[in-house]
Amino acid sequence: MSATPFTRRKFLISTAAAASSTWFLAACGGSEEESPGPAAQSASAVPQSDIDKALDTETTLTFWTWVPDIQKEVKLFTTKYPKMKVNVVNVGNGAPHYQKMRTAIQSGQGAPDVAQVEFQYINSFTLGEGNLLDLTPYVPARLKDSYPEWVWSQVNTNGGLWGIPQDTGPMGLLYRDDLLKGAGLEAPKTYDDFAAAAETYHSKNPKSYLVNVAPNEPGQMVAYLWQAGVRPFTFDGKQTVKVDLANEEAKRVVKFWGDLVTNGVASNDPDFNDSWYQGLANGKWATLPIAAWGPVFLQGTAGKTSGKWRAADLPQWDASKVVSSNWGGSTDAVLKSSKNQIAAAQLAWYINTNKESALKLANEQFLFPAMKEILTDPSFVNQESKFYGGQKVNEKFAQISETVTPDFAWLPFMDFVYTNFTETLGKAFANKTDAVAGLQAWQDASAKYAKDQGFTVS
Amino acid sequence: MSTFVDTAPAPPRHARTTAAKRRQYAAAYTLVLPFFVIFLAMVILPLFYAGYLSFFKKQLIGGTSFAGFDNYARAVTDPLFLTAIGRMGIFLVVQVPIMLALALFFALALDSGMMKLAKFSRLAIFVPYAVPGVVATLMWGYLYGPDFGPFAQISEALGLPPPPFLTQTGMLFSIMNIVNWEFIGYNMIIIYAALRSIPSELYEAARVDGASEPRIAWSIKIPAVRAALLLTVIFSVIGTFQLFNEPQLMRTLAPTVIGTAYTPNLYAYNISFVNQDANYAAALAFLLGIVIMIVSYIVQLSAQRRERRS
Repeated sequence: MSATPFTRRKFLISTAAAASSTWFLAACGGSEEESPGPAAQSASAVPQSDIDKALDTETTLTFWTWVPDIQKEVKLFTTKYPKMKVNVVNVGNGAPHYQKMRTAIQSGQGAPDVAQVEFQYINSFTLGEGNLLDLTPYVPARLKDSYPEWVWSQVNTNGGLWGIPQDTGPMGLLYRDDLLKGAGLEAPKTYDDFAAAAETYHSKNPKSYLVNVAPNEPGQMVAYLWQAGVRPFTFDGKQTVKVDLANEEAKRVVKFWGDLVTNGVASNDPDFNDSWYQGLANGKWATLPIAAWGPVFLQGTAGKTSGKWRAADLPQWDASKVVSSNWGGSTDAVLKSSKNQIAAAQLAWYINTNKESALKLANEQFLFPAMKEILTDPSFVNQESKFYGGQKVNEKFAQISETVTPDFAWLPFMDFVYTNFTETLGKAFANKTDAVAGLQAWQDASAKYAKDQGFTVS
Repeated sequence: MSTFVDTAPAPPRHARTTAAKRRQYAAAYTLVLPFFVIFLAMVILPLFYAGYLSFFKKQLIGGTSFAGFDNYARAVTDPLFLTAIGRMGIFLVVQVPIMLALALFFALALDSGMMKLAKFSRLAIFVPYAVPGVVATLMWGYLYGPDFGPFAQISEALGLPPPPFLTQTGMLFSIMNIVNWEFIGYNMIIIYAALRSIPSELYEAARVDGASEPRIAWSIKIPAVRAALLLTVIFSVIGTFQLFNEPQLMRTLAPTVIGTAYTPNLYAYNISFVNQDANYAAALAFLLGIVIMIVSYIVQLSAQRRERRS
């Protein structure tokens, strides 16, 4: 272990010039007291000579991702290492992507070397013998310091580093300045304010609402739970899970949203379909609690409302301490089955941490960055957005990223849990029935699935 | 009489099969070979593999174990699966008769030769079938929209609540409507083709006897296309139980109305790809196949019985 920092230093000076030198400075400036994670202790670093050799060997890597135009960043990598050839393949967006990955893994052939994996699906690929490569030995020992704590806790779990963070989705509140002002309201700071505002707003605008509670959006609801400090899931990396969705704190959160719906002051429309897009463009809702990828998305969806939106923190349960959570976000992971693990790990690491590449992802593809260095880069945070009345929206969400609480863990079967949401808690929102009962049904179905699949449920 | 001649036992001839005949056989088999290779690889093998899978149980923890008929036993007592089958039963009883009655009506109208613009009408009725089901569903999804769909806007202008197209009660009928729109033209073409093959002497004879056009349609045309109608019924039975695209797409509009088990096929799909339980999904698919076979057989049997009676 003692030799590791030295190798790292050499590594960064020799191979990853611009980006990592700043990383290096940051790492040196960082505090010394924190201990290396369990992974760093268990896995010994790959020698720099092996990395150099791998990058200087003719290699073709396959990279599955649905990020548009990622060829731009891949090109930076292949330009730097001309012997690398990368086939970027888009096999589908979200669910189909994972289905194909699982099929390829099961069949034992055709799986990519590097693949995009969202935070909440990492565990479904590390399950059992594990299909993802622990990247700890392939990256600088202090990579941890490059990220906000919560980001690192998403990728570094159960003693391994399972993906290099690519983008994140800290939760904020987008709101229509004009509509709120028209109703004599301000962006609500606390959830009490929010509930009162929902009532006032709807009474003044009987056809529109302060907010929508989407009965098909588990990601958003989980983000609300996360913000309130709920940690409903754990997974020990082997076969023990905790499913604790219906705890008191979670009930409080769910009841809050359920009450808004049953009182008729919040709508319960499904989101991300045409009707919802039209609603956003037509002012059906005055606020939109959404992740950091939301602002750019909204701009594309509700173009005619330009200049009227603003970004703020989510409402708070405890006004004295502003906290947030995360919805969405991806990593690039390396599959264990890859025949070129070193090169694959370097690709995943390089495109997401090289400064030029990471800035491109942030400023050209509008992926909300994971790295501190990009979250503070002037070219990113100083952008003034016309759509948001000239507000520096990136800066706002970069600040929010610092308030996201760490250590939110995921089950290794979030596909089921998320799909089941629509049949249980989501259904309660849709039918305006008891949300807490819906939460309990969600809990029961998820725990039952875990047992049926052979997990030990604690 | 003619059928008798056709099927009369031929004298044993294989001993005298000529070389030319053998060459013809060889050519015939060579020509159908590509089909059979693909049929075997893409249909028969996967079918056997799915059958094999359905006898195992695979857990995320614990791996694969032999399960015998457990998956089947689970399926026949699975309320979600049974509800889905029942829902398709309702669909079959309501939608198929409407669709086929309209298809028959249009076919008769076109065949009567009393329509102006017959060619145009035929094409217009058939065109929806050429529109991919996915596109059709997206289009109807927009029309049904409770906020900005044209029907909702009309009823809003009249001071009425939006029509309940995408609600628990309305959804099944909304999907029926889409399927009707898509498949009336297709079924009409099958029936129309059968109508065209009826010898016109029959009509002339009927007219000489003083039969009206409706009478000709009822007593000559419809009985004559009975075989074609049976075919369309069986196609519809199969299509109904396999309903997938329409509910899958409508799901984005009404995710809490169309659950993961709205139709049997959708359920099997979700079991396989969301729950990661391909084994149970295989058992569901086989049971669904059996249900389809039974229903198709009942349809055929009752049709034959009626034929014998008449």
